[in-house]
Amino acid sequence: MSHLASRHLLGLEGVSKEDMTLILDTADSFREVLDRTIKKLPTLRGITVVNLFYEPSTRTRISFELAEKRLSADTVSFSPSTSSVQKGESLRDTVQNIEAMKIDMVVVRHKSSGVPYYLTQCMDANIINAGDGTHEHPTQGLLDMFTIRRKYKKLEGLRVVLVGDVKHSRVTRSNLWGLKTMGASVALCGPSTLMPYEVERFGVDHYTDIDEALEGADVVNIMRIQLERQQAGLFPSQREYTNLFGITRERLKRLNKNYTIMHPGPMNRGVEITSEVADSDQSVILDQVTNGVAVRMAVLYLLSGRKKEEGADND
Amino acid sequence: MSSNNDIILDETKIGRALTRIAHEILEHNSGAETLAVIGILTRGAFLAKRIAAIIENLEGVKVPVGLMDISLYRDDLHSKLDQPVVQRTDILFEVSERNIILVDDVLYTGRTIRAALDQIIDFGRPRTIQLAVLVDRGHRELPIKADYVGVNIPTSKSDQVVLEVKEKEGSDRVYIVKGGAGSSTTAKVPAKTPKKKGGRT
Repeated sequence: MSHLASRHLLGLEGVSKEDMTLILDTADSFREVLDRTIKKLPTLRGITVVNLFYEPSTRTRISFELAEKRLSADTVSFSPSTSSVQKGESLRDTVQNIEAMKIDMVVVRHKSSGVPYYLTQCMDANIINAGDGTHEHPTQGLLDMFTIRRKYKKLEGLRVVLVGDVKHSRVTRSNLWGLKTMGASVALCGPSTLMPYEVERFGVDHYTDIDEALEGADVVNIMRIQLERQQAGLFPSQREYTNLFGITRERLKRLNKNYTIMHPGPMNRGVEITSEVADSDQSVILDQVTNGVAVRMAVLYLLSGRKKEEGADND
Repeated sequence: MSSNNDIILDETKIGRALTRIAHEILEHNSGAETLAVIGILTRGAFLAKRIAAIIENLEGVKVPVGLMDISLYRDDLHSKLDQPVVQRTDILFEVSERNIILVDDVLYTGRTIRAALDQIIDFGRPRTIQLAVLVDRGHRELPIKADYVGVNIPTSKSDQVVLEVKEKEGSDRVYIVKGGAGSSTTAKVPAKTPKKKGGRT
């Protein structure tokens, strides 16, 4: 018998190696279920999960909904555009009204960092962060680690380069904290305008030269260039970004022999990654999507048993 | 040996019981051609492999063996503080149209078997599912009965029946911990032997 230290999954910063290993090991078992003819388990029968997506999402939303359905949970999906949010209802009132309908778990995505933590302060339900502002996207970090571990059978000692908009990318942060805790060697790479202030505090290598960053790496995880950043004047043009930081077949020669290409999606083909690289044999981009369902099933399963009265921490 | 931890089956008796069960399975199914054996993790899996090996020795037919973790099919997941650690289910053969021999170590309330039946049916539609257990300790809570039983042991609900297997503990034996208060069959409590006095209860 085992359980996670926290009732919620708000981020990977501060999550112990033991807890991350438990999630990844559990996800291994769920991954096998996805290859069965009948991909359904009765595990979360009687549990109600609400998906609160205040931001657009394709992969994460469908992945969570599938994970919930695969585990036989009752699910409700909330969309602000068709809700009383349009009438001016506050986030707190919205979630407290939803909780009054006797729900057990909330999966939340929001444009503001810290919203999942805020929900833990005004609800008893288990909260799972599906991406909050520029803070974290923990299940994406976990599924990226799961995908790497599935290929290399380990995380410790691997060199993983995270390329792109480090400043605004919640996926980068979750990958960074998770991989660092699991003993991987992490490097960040991107234009200086897309590097966070005081990047040194992350305690990992950081580069503004892509060729230097890729030298001897095992995995390159390419973050989406958020095109709205270009309007903010953070880099001159997409073409320049592609020339300086785009992942091309030529640049892959600097990686270790058995290298892996990852991207959390959605991809801007021809901007941060060429189609030739995205569709190559070394790309595990679609495996990441499949593995995402297994990892989210594991998170839902492990958190579903943790009720407030057990006195688990709220952080 | 103290009466607190009495050994019910030793290595020889366990071997005999499994051999007899293998013979009964072959007799009941008129051979091994349609058989597949599925063991419930953890200790049922070891017993399943042994039964399959005995059948192969007797008939010269290699019977497929699957391993099953029933954690995700339990009916008490939300009434427990801790979630069971999920292990991998490995059933790498088609269950449809086969006679499945489901193997567990100790049959108690029947809830584990109910979960296992649900899971097998999610894999396909077997011709039959037959249940083989090393120990039937009674106290059923569901209408479930084993087809093949190594030994029936009358127990109190407060007793714990423990199976140790060579593969994990280095020796084969079944013993009862009086007042062990649980259905767990993992070897948490060492059986008392003449050489080794005292055991945690």
